[in-house]
Amino acid sequence: MTVGVLALQGDVREHLEVLKRIGVAPMEVRLPQHLAAIDRLIIPGGESTTIGRLLYRYQLLEPLRARAGHDLAVWGTCAGAILLAREVLDAKQGGQPTIGVMEMTVRRNAYGSQLESFETPLAVPVLGAPPLPGVFIRAPLIEAVGREVEILARLPDGAIVAARQGRLLATTFHPELTDDDRMHRYFLEL
Amino acid sequence: MEKSTWTTKVGLAQMLKGGVIMDVVTPEQARIAEEAGAVAVMALERVPADIRAQGGVARMSDPELIVAIKEAVTIPVMAKARIGHFVEAQVLEALGIDYIDESEVLTPADEEHHINKHRFKIPFVCGCRDLGEGLRRVAEGAAMLRTKGEAGTGNVVEAVRHARAVYGEVRRLQSMSEDELFVYAKNIQAPYELVRQVAETGRLPVVNFAAGGIATPADAALMMQLGVDGVFVGSGIFKSGDPMKRARAIVEATTHYNDPEIIAEVSKGLGEAMVGISLEQLPVEQRMARRGW
Repeated sequence: MTVGVLALQGDVREHLEVLKRIGVAPMEVRLPQHLAAIDRLIIPGGESTTIGRLLYRYQLLEPLRARAGHDLAVWGTCAGAILLAREVLDAKQGGQPTIGVMEMTVRRNAYGSQLESFETPLAVPVLGAPPLPGVFIRAPLIEAVGREVEILARLPDGAIVAARQGRLLATTFHPELTDDDRMHRYFLEL
Repeated sequence: MEKSTWTTKVGLAQMLKGGVIMDVVTPEQARIAEEAGAVAVMALERVPADIRAQGGVARMSDPELIVAIKEAVTIPVMAKARIGHFVEAQVLEALGIDYIDESEVLTPADEEHHINKHRFKIPFVCGCRDLGEGLRRVAEGAAMLRTKGEAGTGNVVEAVRHARAVYGEVRRLQSMSEDELFVYAKNIQAPYELVRQVAETGRLPVVNFAAGGIATPADAALMMQLGVDGVFVGSGIFKSGDPMKRARAIVEATTHYNDPEIIAEVSKGLGEAMVGISLEQLPVEQRMARRGW
């Protein structure tokens, strides 16, 4: 198993460090040839418009669309979740490139400006009883999911913040900014 | 649910890593920056090159302009407050932007005190020339740093000087014994706890970008190879011949900073770079990097 972290922009190092801590030797992915060498990929937090443009510019979109969910398990955190979604609301004027493989609708920056960024403990039943620390930074929101998508976590108000579709995983928050590595371990089992 | 925690303040800067933050003076420029792949925009009335040329007191921008820029884009928006001008910072927080730059590019409002940034919900980025200055800003509550360089010159030499100073000191700290850390903290006028944290982790406590003089894709990659987490480009983009093309090229060079073939490719045919100023021609009293205490 070779795990890659998409290293075009964002909190790449934080994901790399969690993976190393749990005994995985990750690879940084910037170009199509790097993609060919991995069978799991984490798309980090960052700006989805920036990452999307670089995915398009460096010919990563087509190979990702072809493999994601099949021989490539993909987990998107925050911006990564936006890039995985079939439909993106509040996109950049004129639209923005996405991978678009997960049957869900995601609204960008759904809580407001940085002043609305927050932390809250999350119940994530698939990870066991102890709550997962949830760090939400200018976070998106999963507004709707398709039938094949399993909802893994919600906020108390019902907002969907983590979902899975087979070998695709999306979280609108950042487990990589915390000491809790259960979500990373869960992804490695997909 | 807890809002505006230290983790979320530092966290937004972590999400900007590997990216380019661009100075913009109109909503149209903001859209060009977003289209080109900027991770955030700095909304201001005049870029540093014009502040330099026009002289006078440089203040926080008109809130109307900042709001217009905020409405034009979906990426984070930053704006500048004068050093020590905590009411300008209160105004910017009230506008609901994403980050405040307490900036030496504007005319300082207080020649002794910086803003007490712990009192704010909005995060701050501050400039530094060396490790001591950077850690003093973190002690005051800055959630992100940037090396100052010399803004509005299109000359990368000061940005290099400051990045080399900061990372050289981080490396030196790691080889020191605990006994030496106390004296070192005293000498660089930084809190001992932060100095010890840097010595133990081998890195700065918050994200650090480069700023001040970056004008080409190679400049951006140079700063990244020196160890910064991302770059601010001020006058370098919209004072050049083809802003969209140059902005895209700088974004790509920042991502692929270790790949000379890609840097070469994106550097082709960018048109005129901003003219630039040699530091020898810049009288000491006109150097913005000296502002900040």
